[in-house]
Amino acid sequence: MTDSATTPGTDVMIRLDRVRKCYPGQAVDAVAELSLDIRAGEIVVLLGPSGCGKTTTMRLINRLIEPSSGRIFLDGKDVTAVNPDLLRRRIGYVIQQVGLFPHMTIGDNVGLIPRTLGWDKARTKARVDTLLDLVGLEPARYRDRFPKQLSGGQQQRVGVARALAADPPVMLMDEPFGAIDPVTRERLQDEFLKLQAQIGKTIVIVTHDVAEAVKLGDRIAIFAEGARLAQYDTPERILSEPADEFVSSFLGTGTAVRRLGLRRVGDLRFEPLDGTRPIDDRCVVRADQSVHDALDVMLRTGSEIVTVTDGTGEPIGLLPFTTVLDHHPTDGDDPSRPRERSGH
Amino acid sequence: MSFASYLAQRWQHILVLVAQHAEVVAIAVSIATVVGVGLGVAVHGRPLANRLALAATGTVLTIPSFALFGLLIPLVGLGTAPTVTALALYAIFPILRNTITGLESVPASVADAAIGMGLSRTRRLLTVRLPLAWPVVITGIRLATIMVVAIAAIAASVAGPGLGQLIFHGLAHTGGVNALNDTLAGVIGVALLALALDLLFTVLFRLTTSRGIRD
Repeated sequence: MTDSATTPGTDVMIRLDRVRKCYPGQAVDAVAELSLDIRAGEIVVLLGPSGCGKTTTMRLINRLIEPSSGRIFLDGKDVTAVNPDLLRRRIGYVIQQVGLFPHMTIGDNVGLIPRTLGWDKARTKARVDTLLDLVGLEPARYRDRFPKQLSGGQQQRVGVARALAADPPVMLMDEPFGAIDPVTRERLQDEFLKLQAQIGKTIVIVTHDVAEAVKLGDRIAIFAEGARLAQYDTPERILSEPADEFVSSFLGTGTAVRRLGLRRVGDLRFEPLDGTRPIDDRCVVRADQSVHDALDVMLRTGSEIVTVTDGTGEPIGLLPFTTVLDHHPTDGDDPSRPRERSGH
Repeated sequence: MSFASYLAQRWQHILVLVAQHAEVVAIAVSIATVVGVGLGVAVHGRPLANRLALAATGTVLTIPSFALFGLLIPLVGLGTAPTVTALALYAIFPILRNTITGLESVPASVADAAIGMGLSRTRRLLTVRLPLAWPVVITGIRLATIMVVAIAAIAASVAGPGLGQLIFHGLAHTGGVNALNDTLAGVIGVALLALALDLLFTVLFRLTTSRGIRD
């Protein structure tokens, strides 16, 4: 929590400054004095057990819940008292149940905020098509459908497109993949990371799923009861150096294996190709896959060595099991996250 | 005189009464729609106001129509005025109740998304809540219409227009030449008008409800 001690700079997109929320008639604060800085362009995951106040904290940012005290800054400006509707139009909002408007077509759902902002028809339509493309839904095919004609995964994509409609700098996502089957969820998460690499928004995601937090977060904020911020750091550091008993017990077992998922095969030193060895199709990983995937291949095939290929499938080296063991990081250094800034 | 020859002779007169009947119903239901929907929107989310509004408009329904028409004479006189007033009072309750139910049936996630994306209160009402409540609201208007088509027949007791005149005339002259035919024509006319309006609402429902929320 060293971040909140600094002054708001261009770097900080969202700042919660000693924000507190108490409900009348309740002895315990829902959120007890919380300060949190979220940097521009980062994905911050609010992680914690149910009822810890993480959703409340997220809803304080777009003031769906008004803070009892404290201040909220967006992009350096105090937004604690501005018109909440205008504030919310600058903050994309995605929820687990999606909440698409069932009486409107997909195109109208996505175009609602642009139209509210006074865009003309042509501009709105162009924007809708761009966004549907961006989330992987062919505009011509889906634009005129109604939400009930789409699967849960497709609806969630529309939800994301709708949240991006007016190109807000910030997105809030409350358990966005929570209601989706595990296979589709995995795919949506991967697509979401690709999307974020293109759009570079400041994103706050609420989840109770450690794996999801580790996979998506540039930083993870772990909350305990009363929205007490137990630890706020990169996934790598949280897994390797949990701040206290609560954090380690919440993360549970398997943190070393989870960390393998953070590291890409391409970041390890692998051995040069050995021409004498025929390549076994089953023992192959791409350089952009995680070390966790490489280990999975080894365990599945019983092979102590796998061939690493580049994006085109061309072999570029060999990765033996011993390298995985040797390279298992023991410090907070996290080479798989080039977006991370230094100084934390 | 047989009913067939009675009709052949009087059909023009009967049609005029049907038109008058439909007209007072249409005016009364229109007024009740404005009041009922407006009141429903106003009390939505206010439990106490909600209960008061439903209790007040519901109580009107318990007043026998014959009595209500009579009670209105000193206030608005005879003819069309008390007819429209009484019918509108009866029609408010089903429309109000369905407006409240319809607004309550808007899924919480949809309401949350609408607030979260920064739609103002008015915009949320006009673009999200009322369109989603509409199928239930229009069902209320339909119920109210059918109900007051029947009640409107009683309006003849205060010299109101419509098919009630035939029925009252027939009943008052029991044993007379066309007494039975008059009553029969009035009763059948009311039933057919109710049926026609019911069909009209089926069409209106399809025309005004988004495909996304129709089954």
